[in-house]
Amino acid sequence: MQLDEFFVTGEPLIYAGMVAIVLVTSAIIFLLTYFKKWTWLWREWLTTVDHKKIGIMYILSALAMLFRGGADALMMRTQLAFPDMNFLNAQHYNEIFTTHGTVMIIFMAMPFLIGLMNIVVPQQIGARDFAFPFVNALSFWAFFFGAMLFNISFVIGGSPDAGWTSYTPLAGAAMSPGPGQNFYLMGLQLSGIGTLATGVNLMVTILKMRAPGMTLFKMPIFTWSSLITMFIIVFAFPILTVALALLTIDRIFGSQFFTLTGEGLPMMWANLFWMWGHPEVYIVILPAFGIFSEIIATFARKQLFGYSVMVWSIILIAGLSFLVWVHHFFTMGAGAFVNSVFSVSTMAIAIPTGVKIFNWLATLYKSKIQITVPMMWSLAFIPSFVIGGVTGVMLGMAAADYQFHNSYFLIAHFHYVLIAGTVFASFAGLIFWYPKMFGHRMNERIGKIAFWFFVIGFHVCFFPQYFLGLDGMPRRVFHIVPEWFNLNVISTVGAFGMGIGFAVFVYNIYYSYRYSERETTGDPWNARTLEWATPIPVPEYNFAVVPHVDSLDAFWAMKERGESPYDESKVEPIHMPNNTSQPFIMMGIFTLASFFLVFEWIWLALAGLIGGIVMMIIRSFDYDEGYHISSEEIIETERSARGL
Amino acid sequence: MANQSKKIPYQHIIGFILSITLTLLAAWTAIRSNLPVMWIIIAILAMAVIQAAIQLFMFMHITERGAGNAPWNMMFHGAVVAVILVAGSLFTMSFGFSHDHGGGSHGQHQQEQHEQQHDN
Amino acid sequence: MSTEESNAKPLEYQTEQGEMSIIGFWVFLAAEIALFGTLFATYAVLFGRTADAPAPAELFEPGTVLIMTFILLTSSFTCGIAIHEMRRGSVKGVMTWLIITLALGLSFISLEIYEFIHYAHEGATLQSSAFWSAFFVLAGTHGVHVSLGIGWAILLLIQTAQRGITPITSRKIFIFGLYWHFLDVVWIFIFTGVYLIGMVL
Repeated sequence: MQLDEFFVTGEPLIYAGMVAIVLVTSAIIFLLTYFKKWTWLWREWLTTVDHKKIGIMYILSALAMLFRGGADALMMRTQLAFPDMNFLNAQHYNEIFTTHGTVMIIFMAMPFLIGLMNIVVPQQIGARDFAFPFVNALSFWAFFFGAMLFNISFVIGGSPDAGWTSYTPLAGAAMSPGPGQNFYLMGLQLSGIGTLATGVNLMVTILKMRAPGMTLFKMPIFTWSSLITMFIIVFAFPILTVALALLTIDRIFGSQFFTLTGEGLPMMWANLFWMWGHPEVYIVILPAFGIFSEIIATFARKQLFGYSVMVWSIILIAGLSFLVWVHHFFTMGAGAFVNSVFSVSTMAIAIPTGVKIFNWLATLYKSKIQITVPMMWSLAFIPSFVIGGVTGVMLGMAAADYQFHNSYFLIAHFHYVLIAGTVFASFAGLIFWYPKMFGHRMNERIGKIAFWFFVIGFHVCFFPQYFLGLDGMPRRVFHIVPEWFNLNVISTVGAFGMGIGFAVFVYNIYYSYRYSERETTGDPWNARTLEWATPIPVPEYNFAVVPHVDSLDAFWAMKERGESPYDESKVEPIHMPNNTSQPFIMMGIFTLASFFLVFEWIWLALAGLIGGIVMMIIRSFDYDEGYHISSEEIIETERSARGL
Repeated sequence: MANQSKKIPYQHIIGFILSITLTLLAAWTAIRSNLPVMWIIIAILAMAVIQAAIQLFMFMHITERGAGNAPWNMMFHGAVVAVILVAGSLFTMSFGFSHDHGGGSHGQHQQEQHEQQHDN
Repeated sequence: MSTEESNAKPLEYQTEQGEMSIIGFWVFLAAEIALFGTLFATYAVLFGRTADAPAPAELFEPGTVLIMTFILLTSSFTCGIAIHEMRRGSVKGVMTWLIITLALGLSFISLEIYEFIHYAHEGATLQSSAFWSAFFVLAGTHGVHVSLGIGWAILLLIQTAQRGITPITSRKIFIFGLYWHFLDVVWIFIFTGVYLIGMVL
């Protein structure tokens, strides 16, 4: 293979990207060396099994991916701003909309939410870590290396260009030769397996590690939504694993699943993809619902209205999410009966979702709302999401869908639900739980500037796209005609507004790190659930004394009774798992094997696979029992953290 | 803990005999019996489900108290998802069938849909 | 759960970590059901799409498949006995029955490989048509699972020989047992849904 086949050549934008990668990497290496932080990085972060640190790593990676996906989005919007723009060529545009979609869903939305769950859920249920801390680290590194593998494609080998749905036969070997599509398959496969492991792990954590007295219906609502999300992950992700594997086998080993030869059935890919893909959209929206519920209850200073109805509607949504996948391809040509069945089941989802909207409104009704930045994001979510939801029902009508399908109406719809739902929730959740991670709040004033830029930019960007869709502008075109000019240029302005909002948000992280007041109590928002009972900074064992729970909003009840969650007389030595380098090394080796498979270097890939299996064997013989933290050490930590 | 269990694992032996019998019965139904094809398929699938239940209850201790409700809950929902996957895919992709199944019971409906697809 | 009951719990459930690992493995098995469910769905949809390759009814033979099924059923039974012996505290019993299980698993895999080679000679390979792709990947995925199980059991045999029956080794062996029985369940459906139906239709 020639070197110019290995690296992507001939594109000034990509050369700039290469230079940026080299510069950033050298800067990081320089800083780490200059400040002698290599051992710190290895000991404290790369080998950690602490759920809070893993959560922070998830969120930092997700923010980086949000930057990457956002940069893609701005490039697309620039290209579409004026008729006959020549900013990007057709091939480059195809690659960018593919990576934008994939990065945002797989490498931004999910890790962001999983990161928040990592930090919050064990603390909400009064647990000291995940059920399987080792597996948790493994999941993170699977996701992280999968994301890196996918992202490296734009400089090495070439990006995938068949859309984030990667429909066959376009994505098959006959029509998309070369490594691009393989990067998609292997990157998603790795991170998907990591997600599945998180699904098992967090589910067992929630089922088995709750504080005494916390029955299922006394769990905080975010924990509930996480539990149900994990349930969906466990059943939906294997479908993705299989679909990706089948396409990989098609492309690399010449099987005929989705080909046009050998009586293959390309539409089967769409079927399998959406059997995973529809549950997937609920995987990224249900935790968002949980986050908003927590924030709204906290800042409305009320117990969440209709708690058990909220829980049941989440369960109902989760169940229905497995029964609606065909609405993504109504136009594929299945009969009217098939389409009707799925049209009805799709509309049924609006019922439990509507119930949730009314419950949030009822929580707000006649309450003393405290306008903080996380609350502002939550309040912006409700009307924005309703617009997205209602247009979703319009799309769900099979007959009408023949008009809307693959137009900008669809683009506007899913950005309205995914940004107003998932992205708003990620920002809101990050700001809300920020003190638990870093010991200080984010600056309110800058936070509000970021909020207004982002929210106004969002509506300016996507609301016109509904009308572009109705005017007949299809998705994935790289040239617009003059009739679509006005709305497109408005949309592009909005997109840059969101970009500014994001930049201000990131600046706020830096600003708050420098100037924010450090928190002295563990409960900066006067909140309701158990995660606020731990001191700040949160000790590695979370709870010195495992709390006893006898009601919903357990910490609120404790505060009303005037109890402290910490009782020095009850401190006992705590068992903790040791740090380990195995997850990092194991997933590193598997990633290398995947990289070789991307270029179809079968023997090297096989060697990598064997290396990964050897790591698993080493793990099997590893009887590391962990260590105990002594009572004295715990008392000392708690005294200094709680200022006793 | 040791030596509490019975010396001879009757449950396993019964389960084993039952599964061998059901396998033979299923094979006989498929190969030797003269039932209509639809009935054969229903019968052998039913026998497979029974055998799976035997494995779960008699070998895998699915009802054992130690693990709580999680095992049967997960197996039940797993079975539901598997049925959705198989039946749902067949239902959705039915327009793609271009082959005579030999059973004949799928009949004309699909044939029509298939022609429709060619018209598109 | 009352204390009396928890005292009667088998060794593998006695530590919290043991109990959680077993539950976690059940959850994982649920994911495996979805995984095999997807493969079955693909097989079912692609059924009959043999293109120029032979039809399944021409190649499937009841003889070999029945022998394979009996071998796997028996191995599931012997694996159950191994767990039974483990609960009686007999290291020798566990090891003996696990080795028998392994030997049966190996003969199953050998027969499957022989069968695949035979089909390839008759002109049905992974590449020859959509149907045969689906067949080989479905049966092959099960075969890979069995092979992994064999490797796994060898590791457990070594650890049991080194350490005897402890809460950790007993948990690992119990989980392996769940895995092995589960593979038997999957095979029952492959036997019925692929081979028997393939011979009927």
